[in-house]
Amino acid sequence: MIAWLTDPFTLEFMQRALLASLIVGVLCSVIGTFVVLRAMAFLGDALAHAILPGVAIAYLLGANLLLGALVAAIVVAVGIGVFSRRGGLKEDTAIGILFAAALAFGVLLMSTVRSYATDLTHILFGNVLGVSASDLWLTGILAVIVLTVLIAFFKEFQLASFDPILAHMLGKRPETLRFTMLILLALTIVVGLQTVGVGLVAAMLVTPAATAYLLTRRLATMMVVSAVIGAASSVAGLYASYYLDVASGAAVVLIATAAFLLAYAFAPRRGLLARRAARHAV
Amino acid sequence: MSTGPGGDAYLSLGGVTAGYDGRPALQDVTMDIPHGAQVAIVGPNGAGKSTLFKALVGLLPVRSGQVLLHGHAPGGQADPIAYVPQREEIDWSFPVTVHDVVMMGRFGRLGWLRRPRAADREVVARCLDELGIAELEKRAIGELSGGQQQRVFLARALAQEPHVLLLDEPFTGVDVNAREALLTLLARLRDQHITVLVSTHDMEIAAKRFELTALLNHRLIAYGAPASVFTPEHLSEAFGGQALFLDGMVVIDQCCPGHVGGGEEHRHSHEPHAGPR
Repeated sequence: MIAWLTDPFTLEFMQRALLASLIVGVLCSVIGTFVVLRAMAFLGDALAHAILPGVAIAYLLGANLLLGALVAAIVVAVGIGVFSRRGGLKEDTAIGILFAAALAFGVLLMSTVRSYATDLTHILFGNVLGVSASDLWLTGILAVIVLTVLIAFFKEFQLASFDPILAHMLGKRPETLRFTMLILLALTIVVGLQTVGVGLVAAMLVTPAATAYLLTRRLATMMVVSAVIGAASSVAGLYASYYLDVASGAAVVLIATAAFLLAYAFAPRRGLLARRAARHAV
Repeated sequence: MSTGPGGDAYLSLGGVTAGYDGRPALQDVTMDIPHGAQVAIVGPNGAGKSTLFKALVGLLPVRSGQVLLHGHAPGGQADPIAYVPQREEIDWSFPVTVHDVVMMGRFGRLGWLRRPRAADREVVARCLDELGIAELEKRAIGELSGGQQQRVFLARALAQEPHVLLLDEPFTGVDVNAREALLTLLARLRDQHITVLVSTHDMEIAAKRFELTALLNHRLIAYGAPASVFTPEHLSEAFGGQALFLDGMVVIDQCCPGHVGGGEEHRHSHEPHAGPR
């Protein structure tokens, strides 16, 4: 049994994959609590796809793909913030326009390259088994930055998410906090790109946090529970990928989804059964 | 209660016009509110009551005129104006406990990186006690009754240690017990010389329980003691065709253009109100 558990990680690339998966699992799940609570799921999805042109340009220039994604993510995050605030557009409209344009631009750039199909597959679905040591370093550093900012300003983020009016009255600049959150979200998506890919990073932002929401009644606890679910799904997904020979990113997301379904049915207060029981008790 | 360096503390509005683009919801409102006074702001739906409050706390820009608190423009970290919004404006499904919410009232006095200190926890405990919700402090706000939820936000406002307290439609959507508890709290606030502005469409409460009333319909129609405010002339000016005068009694049909129902307890005043005359 122990050998079954440790076997996969005798290989160095599997150790890197484990570390990368854990980092992404925890990071996406923690920031995902704000994505879920502020109904930013569409935004996360859009940001993930809008990163593509940055990756394409980096690829064409032979630069680090993650760096390209990072620059693109920040440009798009700032763009969404500016369009929806100053342009008088509804935020989801601004997101929709930028999202589609950036995705089209990215595909256009990628299509100029001959080996386009395989590279695009890696970006869309991630390849955790191909994480290099330098990728792992970048991932780790970005994760530390995002988590440090979130924890340091937890009180302000909590206030601005729950009650932007009070945040404004108390001089806590909800607009600045919102912008910061967009940037943190962009960084997180870049981190998740390598492991679960563009297509599935949005799921890692939403699913563990939604599960934690069903199980907790405080934001801080929700974050911790979400992180545990995210990390556990990531590790379990890697085992599934190793022993069943399936795509790791997809396995991670499906395991997180299974956890969500369990919580949806059996959560103590907000679960389906508990709510049904409460209705009958009245 | 300290009144600040400017002598008697008071809130004054001079020719305040505020609102979104187009026709401003609030036009040229001038009124002085003495320190420690309690004022009921009455008017039809859409008369600009909420706009007035939002302008006072700086959520809406004042397009012309000025708001002065203790002779200065309000604002700053330890803002002495606290605001309890209408219950529809609060996300009741957010995972926060009663204690968390009340602690938020202290955040204005805490710097960006500061954690709450023992003194803040003492203030929170005192405010929870004052509203009689200490035993609920670990509950999530979504699990509470409407009256309890209102007390949580009142406790949060008190935790801000405000000089001025704004209550937006606090008598709407709560039961009789909660209403009486609120009136008891207002009496206690009067002893503490906290200035209170309450918006309401319940003219009976305004007339019987407040020494000052302002009748608003975009403009300030009348301001003063209820008896001098609730005259047939003022009421028909404020409510137009909605006001009906019957033999020394005023009946006003206040149902409810543009008013969207919120919680299950939401109580519309389709029943006519008997005003004093």
